[in-house]
Order: sequence, then structure tokens, then C-alpha cells
Amino acid sequence: MNAYLFTNARIIDPSQNMDFTGDLLVRDGIIAAVGESLDVPQDVRVLDLKGKWLVPGLLDMHVHLREPGEEYKETIESGTTAAIAGGFTAVACMPNTQPANDSAGITRFILEKAQSSARARVYPIAAITLGQKGEQLTEFGDLLNAGAIAFSDDGLPVKNAAVMRQALEYAQNFDALIISHSEELDLSRGGVMNEGRVSTILGLKGIPAAAEEIAVFRDVALAELTGGRLHIAHVSTKGSVEIVRQAKSRGVRVTAETAPHYFSLTEEAVFGYNTFAKMSPPLRTEEDRLAVIEGIKDGAIDAIATDHAPHSVLEKECEFQAAANGIIGLETAIPLSLNLVRDGFISASRIIRCMSISPSKILGVPGGSLVDGNSADICIIDPEAIFTLTRESLHSLSYNSPFLGKNLQGKAILTLVDGRPVFDPTGLLLS
Amino acid sequence: MNRFTARHILGISTLSPDEITFILDTAESLKDILERPIKKVPPLRGKTVVHLFFEPSTRTRLSFELAAKRLSADTVSISAKASSVVKGETLIDTARNIEAMKPDIIVMRHPHSGTPHLLTKYVNSAVINAGDGTNEHPSQALLDLFTVREHLGHIDNLKVAILGDILHSRVAHSDILAFRKMGAEVVVSGPATMLPSRQSEVLGAKVVLNMEEALKDADVIIVLRIQKERQGQSLIPSVREYAMFFGLSPDKVKLAKPGALIMHPGPINRGVEITPEVADGPYSVILDQVTNGVAIRMALLSLLLTKG
Repeated sequence: MNAYLFTNARIIDPSQNMDFTGDLLVRDGIIAAVGESLDVPQDVRVLDLKGKWLVPGLLDMHVHLREPGEEYKETIESGTTAAIAGGFTAVACMPNTQPANDSAGITRFILEKAQSSARARVYPIAAITLGQKGEQLTEFGDLLNAGAIAFSDDGLPVKNAAVMRQALEYAQNFDALIISHSEELDLSRGGVMNEGRVSTILGLKGIPAAAEEIAVFRDVALAELTGGRLHIAHVSTKGSVEIVRQAKSRGVRVTAETAPHYFSLTEEAVFGYNTFAKMSPPLRTEEDRLAVIEGIKDGAIDAIATDHAPHSVLEKECEFQAAANGIIGLETAIPLSLNLVRDGFISASRIIRCMSISPSKILGVPGGSLVDGNSADICIIDPEAIFTLTRESLHSLSYNSPFLGKNLQGKAILTLVDGRPVFDPTGLLLS
Repeated sequence: MNRFTARHILGISTLSPDEITFILDTAESLKDILERPIKKVPPLRGKTVVHLFFEPSTRTRLSFELAAKRLSADTVSISAKASSVVKGETLIDTARNIEAMKPDIIVMRHPHSGTPHLLTKYVNSAVINAGDGTNEHPSQALLDLFTVREHLGHIDNLKVAILGDILHSRVAHSDILAFRKMGAEVVVSGPATMLPSRQSEVLGAKVVLNMEEALKDADVIIVLRIQKERQGQSLIPSVREYAMFFGLSPDKVKLAKPGALIMHPGPINRGVEITPEVADGPYSVILDQVTNGVAIRMALLSLLLTKG
């Protein structure tokens, strides 16, 4: 197999507290050496990465690949193609497919499909309850044996607190992680955007921040009660950040993620009845947005995940109230996250941590690190590159992004999985 | 003369005070036609108005249809059921099909906020919003302004009290915006379940829980129709309690200025949000509102179809 020497890159690997300008050698698909100035071996392809960042291949712990069942929105192949184009070498896919990933057979199907068509690593997340109905637990042990890496009913909360308690308890036999979509359904019912000033102006039914915070608090209390390992998905409010922060300080086994849209946009994006700004939880206020950024900074929030949720025109080109929740995110995560670095909110190292070693530790999967001997899953970023997000530039089958038509700065220019250049649009290693 | 440039009437939010005044003036000149023995004039001959209603409506629809017919337009009326499935193709396909038959104006009512706005992206016809979800009902607010101006001579500096379900009422939203744009003070009141949470102001109107405070020295009282059920949620314990604590009775009217106008978008629930004595009292202009509705809608149709 080929060997590559990347030189003069800004190498950021938070797993080893590395952030320096230097070289990295890939040989036979693994990371062979990292250092400030490596010798150039014979027979090696050298690529000068002056001004570029070399970081561990990113892991998105929250995506919807839509296969099986909704292949017109996305497939494992198209979704992972979008992933590598966005700098991600691995994704964890949510179980709300059709049918839901609630049995070992579906998990195996996803992994077999990934084996034959995926461009990045795929880690299936299985449902907590059968059919995501919130009633009967799925077979955690069997699902884990089949390759599932965590459990979530994402898209829906587990409404019954006793069932959530059971899940957090039973999961401990397998040291499994429970990922919560925290939403109090009675309070959010009928709501289509954040409740507040903008919902009043637009005459749309709002979802109060309390609908999320009550559920986050409930799940934190259940994690505390049971000792189970809990991860809060897509944190969007100031109150949720604070609940997680306090829980951590008490030693509760809880982690949390947010999505780039929650620190990039506010409810204002809904003006014009823009269905590309409709998602669950909804975009919140400026105060919430700043609190989410503060949470990333101080560690209340552990991970940045995109909640990549492809939908076709059928679900989005319609009345706001009838439109489906969700936006795509894999191909905009890097520029949106880098905005926080450029604006001086957060260090580059902290951002990369939230997208690499941190989610891989939470999920207990390999990767997220440039340590010698690891598989060479690598992302190379041009932090200065400016591009316009267009339907044509996207690799996802869907284009439901509120950033469509916008100029974004910072992008992956080369992505390697197992040392193979799986995304190399300008032929840096191919020509 | 170019005071009216709007291509659609989607809401009060998109009209300027100048445009609103122009609509009111136009309606005033057209109102005479309604009093004539032969209530028909030719300006819209050969024009086609499609009434596309996804929600039941008797008065608004009749009012729009009469307005179009008085101006000699051809009218077609379609009742459709709003699709509850998560697929928008139905609405957009319907719109495209109607558009293919070359109407000049589509008057739309829809249970979902923002749907007329969506429609404008797919049709070349002018679109009039005849009520969208809990967003706006601009022609109602315009006829309310017209009625107040007709009776009191002006709108600016009046105190307007709006009572009832402010949060879920498109009439309230459009009225607040309209009266504020025309320089009136607006105070809203009702059960707290029908007001925005923890807000002292909504769209420029003052929010007060105390109904007496809202009514004090009011020049105009607009009572909203109480909808007993909203999305399966009961916002009030009972109609009886609503009538007792939030209904407009003669003793409450006394708090307002003498001769304050009593208005209601109709149809009224007698004995619930308004007592029969008040509804039928000397200062009630509820039926004038209905008459003026036709004049306002004639103005909207003719302004959209005869400009440029």
C-alpha cells in the first residue's frame, strides 16, 4: 500500500494535546509517525500542507442515513459520501429508519450495506424500545452483538419515565449508552418552532424551551437514580446546558451534544416560513445560542454532532406546519464550527475535540486520534477556503439546508479512511 | 397616484399606513354601489376570481364573492380539505392546476399559517389572504379600521381594547398591527392561557390581565369569538366561567368612554363573550362591519386588478 508524508501542516490532535506545525507519516493504512520534522523516507509521496490543518478523521455521532426505508432522501452510500466530503470518517446512524433499527436483523442489514457501499465507517445506533414506541425494551445484548454501539429512540422521546429508567438500568449489564431525545411531548404538541417573539409574529404555534428542559432534567434525574450512562442529544436551550453542567458537577454519568445550527442560527431564521429552518428541537433565541457556545467552551457540552436529517422536496416544499423536521448538516459542520474559532469564542483544539476524540470516547468506538499505530483516518482542512453552498456542491441526496446559497469558510480538502484518500476532489494524492 | 404597489394582500404586516389609507379611501368610494338599486358596476368584467377555501367559512366567503360580483368579475369557489399528511404536493399541485386555468386573483383561506405566502411562489395570480391559521386576516382588520373611521372620523390616538383569545386569533393579530400602524393605542386582555406567556407587549399592543384596565376609557372595544376547543386543548375551564369573568356585559362597557364602539368579527356566541344587550345595544356596529366588509373587499380586488 502507498505511503504518504504530510508536511508543514498544523496538526491538531486533542487526544494527545497536540497542536503544532509538523509532519505526519501514513504507511500501510496506519499512522506511522507524527513529529515536528520527520525524515523523508524513500518511496513516499510527500504533500506540503502549509496553511492547512491536519486533524483526526471527524466522527459525527448523530446522523440519519434513512436506509432502510427512505432511500429517496438518503442512502448509506450517499450519506457517507456527504460525510467524507464534510471531513467525517465515521458516522453513527440513528435508528428511526423504516422499519426502525430495533432488532439484530436490521442492524446487520445496515452493517452489510455499509460494508458494500459506505464511504466512511458506519456505527448503527439501535432503538431503545420496539418500534420506538416507548413501551418494550429492545434486545440490547443481541443488538450489541450484532454491532449496535448505543441506544436511542431519537426523533421521539421515551415518554414513559419508568421505561426510560428500565433502559438506563438494563443498559448497565452491557455498559451501553442511552442517548436521549429529550422532549416533553404534551408541552410541545402542535408546536412547529420556538415559542417566543417570532412565533407570535408569524402566528405559528411555539414549543417552549421548558419542553426540552423538563425532559433533560427528568433523564438526568433517572441517570442519577440508576447510575446509567446517559447522553443528551441536540441540546438547544440555555436551561438544558445548565442542567447538564450541574449534573456533571454532581458526578452524574451524563454527556451532551449540540448541533452546529444551534450555535449558528436563531428562531429568526424561520421568517418567511422557511421550512429549511424547521427542526426538532427548534432554533432558539440569541441568549440560548450564546449559552450553547459557552457550554461547548466550558465542557458542559462534550460533542458537536450534526443531526444530519435529509428530507426531499416532498417533505419540505409545503406548508410550514406540514413540513418535516430536520436539516442536513454533514457538509456544513466544519465551516460553521470554524466560525466559532474565527470569532474568538472557542479554540481550534476544543472544536476538533468535540468532533473527534470526545464523541468516539462517548460511543466507545475506535478513532478520533492520531496516535501512532491507529488506522489512518484523517481529515485535512483548509480553514481559509471560501465556498458557496449549492445544490450542486452537495453530496447528500437532499439539499434541505438553511445555509443553501450562503458563503461559508473552511472545508475539508482531503479525507482519508484507513490511509486511503476517499475524498480528494482536487486530486492532491491522485494526480 | 401610485399609492398602491402591493402585488398580493398577505397581511397587514406588509402594508404601509399610506397603502392602508388608500384602501380605506377606495372602499369609501365603492361603498355607494352597495346602496344602489342595481348593485353592479363593470370595472372587473372579464376578470376571474377564484375563492380557494381550505377551512369552512360562511361570511368571509360570501363577502368576497359578493364583492367580486358587484364589480362584474367571474367567480369560482372551491372548498378543499387541508391535507394533514406530511406531503405538500397536494397544495402546490392544486395551486398549479388552478394557475393553469389563468385566474386573475386567488382568495385563499387555510388553517396553516403562511400558506398564502407559499402560494405566491407558485402562481402568477395575485393572492389575497382570507385568513391563514393563527397568523393574519387582513381584510377583517381593514374593515374594522374602515368601520371605526366611518363612525369616529379618525383612527389615530384612539384607545382600542381587544378582548379574548389574543394568542390564537388571526383577527387579533391583524387588528393589533392595523390599529397600531394607524396611530391608535391597543390594549389586549383575556384569560392568561390565551395571551403570550410572560409578555407585557404583543406586536405593539399592551397586554393586561385586568380587563377593567383594558376597558378604561376605551374608544373601541373589539370582542373576539371564543372557540370552545382549540387543537383538542381546552384553554378555559368552562364557557360559563368565561362568560362570568371575561364576557363583555353592560356594566363593563360603562368603564369605556361613553359611546364607545362595540365590535365583533362574528359570528357571535351570544351570552358567552358578549351579552345580548351589548351586542344589540346602541353602540354596537357589528352589522356595519359586515356591510363594510364587502366594500373593503371590493377595494382590494379592484386595486389589485386595475393598477398599472
